[in-house]
Amino acid sequence: MTFAASVVRTAEGDGFTPPGPHDFDLPAIGGGHDTFEMFGQSFVLGVTKPMLQLVLAAILLFAFFYAAARKRAMVPSRLQFVGEGFYGFVRNSLGRDIIGHDFAKFVPYLFTLFFFILLNNFFGSLPFVEFPTFSRSGMVYGLALLSWVIYNAAGISKHGFVGYIKLQTVPGGIKGPILALLIPLEFMSNILVRPVTLALRLFANMFAGHLLLILFALGGEYILTEMSIQYAPVGILAWLMFIAVAFLEMLIQFLQAYVFVLLNAMYISGAVADEH
Amino acid sequence: MQALLAAPLAKAEELNPLLPHAIEIVLSLVVFGLLLLAVWKFVTPRFEQIYTERTQAIEGGLAAAETKQAEADAKLADLEQQLSEARHEAARIREEAREQGAQIIAEMREQAQADAARILEHGKTQIEAERQQAVTSLRAEVGTLATSLAGRIVGESLEDDDRSARVVERFLADLETIEASQAAGGGEN
Repeated sequence: MTFAASVVRTAEGDGFTPPGPHDFDLPAIGGGHDTFEMFGQSFVLGVTKPMLQLVLAAILLFAFFYAAARKRAMVPSRLQFVGEGFYGFVRNSLGRDIIGHDFAKFVPYLFTLFFFILLNNFFGSLPFVEFPTFSRSGMVYGLALLSWVIYNAAGISKHGFVGYIKLQTVPGGIKGPILALLIPLEFMSNILVRPVTLALRLFANMFAGHLLLILFALGGEYILTEMSIQYAPVGILAWLMFIAVAFLEMLIQFLQAYVFVLLNAMYISGAVADEH
Repeated sequence: MQALLAAPLAKAEELNPLLPHAIEIVLSLVVFGLLLLAVWKFVTPRFEQIYTERTQAIEGGLAAAETKQAEADAKLADLEQQLSEARHEAARIREEAREQGAQIIAEMREQAQADAARILEHGKTQIEAERQQAVTSLRAEVGTLATSLAGRIVGESLEDDDRSARVVERFLADLETIEASQAAGGGEN
């Protein structure tokens, strides 16, 4: 407590700014300073690094998987073997095992989604890139919105609108006045809240992880370079923590991609399930 | 302290990270949508095709192997049957040959015995004929010799053929009787 207070005090005195949301508000590439106002906030107008990362990820993924799938060899090359392994992982463990019957038409979506999120998350740990694309909430909202559209559309196309709403809001085997309580609750949790939690989970994990890394990196640097020598061990500790957290972060990057797609698959599975 | 902490926090509150950059929503949807379309069209069908083809190839290979195995089994059974038939046939032929051989040997033996008997018979007949001839010629000679000897000894002419012939005959008859009795006596001894 005393130490933290002294760091902040010293920091304040010497102009150290603790990392915060402004570290995620990257400037436009090319140095444009135009901004625009929305939601009472001012946003950078121009192409930013996460936008380029998003496009780069799409190009890299398509190039890799196209090259892997192109030859369609019965006896696969190494590249094709790896590509097939990646594809089979999503297809079988996320598609077939969770959606079950009729899973095939959702596999391209789940497959693309998983590796798109995974690569964009790994950008957070990739040297020289080092920024998780999905620590920008707008990027995640897009994908969460698409998820919401897809699982609801899948359910409606299978059961019809009324049948689908009934499936999602009326729990099986329950009758009587308690339904008046349950139906709004189920509607809320199955239709309204899902995209929000889906988006927040991914966004907040990427945001917090990156913030933590910045804190350890810059804090350690500041302690080692600007503060008196007696605090040096703390600075070194901060950098060790940075390394440890960076490894933890890589695990989280994978897990969040997996969870996002897993939940997508489960929502689709629930939406196209036979009526209870 | 309160004032010191407030300054950076106030700065942080300028931005709410939960509020989205609208362009990013559109961009993420467009980029992901394009990637999804490209993957849907060019990547996943190929992986699925490889998967299906490989499954078929493996299953087809297994089926072909099963067919081949069945064919080989049938052929083996056929060959085994043929072999057993051939063995049976060989045994039958061997048995037949043995029977024929035995028959031939028996026939040969019979024939040899018949030949032997015939040759024996022939020999006997010949010997008998020769003996008869010898007896006849001996009888004539012995008669002449004996007559001339007796004539010399007795000094009496026995030129009279009739008489001498009768004497000789009688003598020989006696001789045969003696021989016969001797033979009988000898046989008893």
